[in-house]
Amino acid sequence: MALETMPDGPVVENPAMDKGPDFTQRAHAALIDPGLRRNFRRAMDGLMEKRAAQFADPVAWAALRERGAQARAAALARLPDLLEELEARCAANGIQVHWAETIEDGNAIVLGILNHHRARQVVKGKSMVSEEMHLNDHLAAHGITAIESDLGEYIIQLAGELPSHIVMPCIHKNKDQIATLLAANIPGLGYTEDVAALTAAARRILRDRFAAADAGISGVNFAVAETGTLVLIENEGNGRLSTTLPPLHIAITGIEKVVERLDDIPPLLALLPRSATGQPITTYVNMITSPRKPGEKDGPAAVHLILLDNGRSRVFADAQLRDTLRCIRCGACINHCPVYARVGGHSYGSVYPGPIGKILTPQIAGLDVAGDLPHASTLCNACVEVCPVKIPIADILVRLRQEAAQPAGAATPAVKGAGSRRHIAEALVWTVWRWVYAWPWLHHRATRLLARIGNWIPARAPLLRAWTRNRTRPHFAGQTLHERARRAGIDHE
Amino acid sequence: MSQPSRPSRPETVYFFGTCLIDLFYPQAGLAGMELLRREGLRVVFPQNQSCCAQPARNSGYLDEARAVARRQIETFVEDWPIVVPSGSCAGMMRTHYPALFEGQPDAERARAFAGRVVELTWFLVHVLDIRLADKGEPVTVTWHASCHAMREMGVRDEPKQLLRQLSGVTLVEAGHETECCGFGGTFAVRHAEIAAAMVDDKVTSIARTGASAVISGDCGCLMNITGAIDKAGRPIVGRHIAEFLLERCHGA
Ligand code: SF4
Repeated sequence: MALETMPDGPVVENPAMDKGPDFTQRAHAALIDPGLRRNFRRAMDGLMEKRAAQFADPVAWAALRERGAQARAAALARLPDLLEELEARCAANGIQVHWAETIEDGNAIVLGILNHHRARQVVKGKSMVSEEMHLNDHLAAHGITAIESDLGEYIIQLAGELPSHIVMPCIHKNKDQIATLLAANIPGLGYTEDVAALTAAARRILRDRFAAADAGISGVNFAVAETGTLVLIENEGNGRLSTTLPPLHIAITGIEKVVERLDDIPPLLALLPRSATGQPITTYVNMITSPRKPGEKDGPAAVHLILLDNGRSRVFADAQLRDTLRCIRCGACINHCPVYARVGGHSYGSVYPGPIGKILTPQIAGLDVAGDLPHASTLCNACVEVCPVKIPIADILVRLRQEAAQPAGAATPAVKGAGSRRHIAEALVWTVWRWVYAWPWLHHRATRLLARIGNWIPARAPLLRAWTRNRTRPHFAGQTLHERARRAGIDHE
Repeated sequence: MSQPSRPSRPETVYFFGTCLIDLFYPQAGLAGMELLRREGLRVVFPQNQSCCAQPARNSGYLDEARAVARRQIETFVEDWPIVVPSGSCAGMMRTHYPALFEGQPDAERARAFAGRVVELTWFLVHVLDIRLADKGEPVTVTWHASCHAMREMGVRDEPKQLLRQLSGVTLVEAGHETECCGFGGTFAVRHAEIAAAMVDDKVTSIARTGASAVISGDCGCLMNITGAIDKAGRPIVGRHIAEFLLERCHGA
């Protein structure tokens, strides 16, 4: 049962993730749950296949991807200017822009706007940034009910869980788990696995909520600086309803989501849904440029845009780490990650799981809090191969490992918590390794010795014990290749 | 990412043995050199070589990695191709040395060195255009693709092309062939439980092919996979591709 894989209480990334179980413990809980592993494997296999079918032509894929990566990189290269341009454009169009440096600021701004409009009932379209802010909890604490209208988000809200995937939040659940959950929560709905019936029941409930809502809150996929347009894609129409039906719309996004021109949108939209779910295009593409204008029949009277920083400026400040911010949140890296497929989304202790979470969360929350995540990778590069905006995820993982293990003390470290994971024993091992492998004289002697006595290293030695839990021990050859090459008379210069 | 576009056939090549082959699989290294010698090349194995430095680099110990990488750069001085019987070590030297030495006084040397690094099977196929005559008994094998061979060196079909040249060998593809085996260097011990889940799945897909041998071009993967196979008591052997090809051509 997926519920049992969750540690007690919500796992949140920003306030003190270190108090809960760590990645290894959470991963253990997932690994011993065969049902959960099956759910993930099946879902990921399907997603990989669908994506591959969309990018069957490698030349077209390479060209499109180059275009997407360039659009994102160009936007980041001019980020401060573009944000100003975006703000000015939005303001001219009647969209009010707010800057939130921290998640507390963001939550306070949302609450302030809702209170100003006396809004008590809120419907939400899908927004990962609002998850990052734990906005629902904050609103609930102030007497405001926010109901998720994306079906997947609605399901995990009912279950009291966090999303396990950035695109498909309840991917860890199978059909009967969802059927049981909905039957228990929707009056008049008995247990059924019929997807059409389940969707219809959820839609019935949500329709009433849309009609009664005082405000809609949504995310943003891209914010176009040139025109002040908020682009929002979705498949269920809930995003369109959330942003058009209630009298107030609040859009929340990270500062990195800006792009330069409207021209950048087509290639990015050609990449995003195909990478995410293997769809050529989403059912809905919403482009919001202003509140309702005089004479228009629908649309909210007021639109607000909240731009959250929450550590992104610091990521932006480092030339290498900046590439992290190119992300368009397609989730392809997650779908192709062999570690994610085994441990599932909740193991990461963050709303951003998988490879993107492994590079983003430690930078936002700090290496002192999430410094174990960059090591939860074999650096197999499966993510790098599919990322539609060419983020060098593996290189950033290595950089974060380096930042975590370096001697602490830099006045302004590039990453929060740099140096916090330095272990003297580990540093010593690498020092010794360096001397052995950089000095031929020592190397010859050490490896000759090891080749001869290595097989007698006690099985209880720490690394060997971890290795042999499900493998036999490696067999030292007795003589090194160096020795055998010399004896075979192979030229050495 | 990409290998050099078909360089002309050299007279002499360097052979980089890798630290895992040095200690655990010297026969694979000897076989790799023999395959090259059989094609009429002079093979040079510098005795001062040691390790590509990937273990330290991947752990974030860049100074240590640079010191060891620098030793390789200073050792392989002649302008000969450096043939590597491992996609992972080749990937380290070819794709990561330039970044590792960026801003260092020897950056230019590191770039030139990186440009000479080639993966063994790629070299056999594209430079030597090797023809293999199989003398072995009929056998069914499967292939394990190494992540770095594929995704850093662009070596995907070359090893399989070589295996398909062997008339007595039936190659059966395993499910999830391109998925990581869970080795990942220190990952295998740092995240032992996840690594175990990954390699167990890998072994299951290999066993499903019915093959009696799994062939790979990387000894890290091989050590991981055969360790798990042996622990599970399955009757499947693991072989480095160089050793396997040479065995077949000798009729062993
Ligand atoms: S890192 Fe790349 S693949 Fe992963 S979610 Fe972001 S854009 Fe998609």
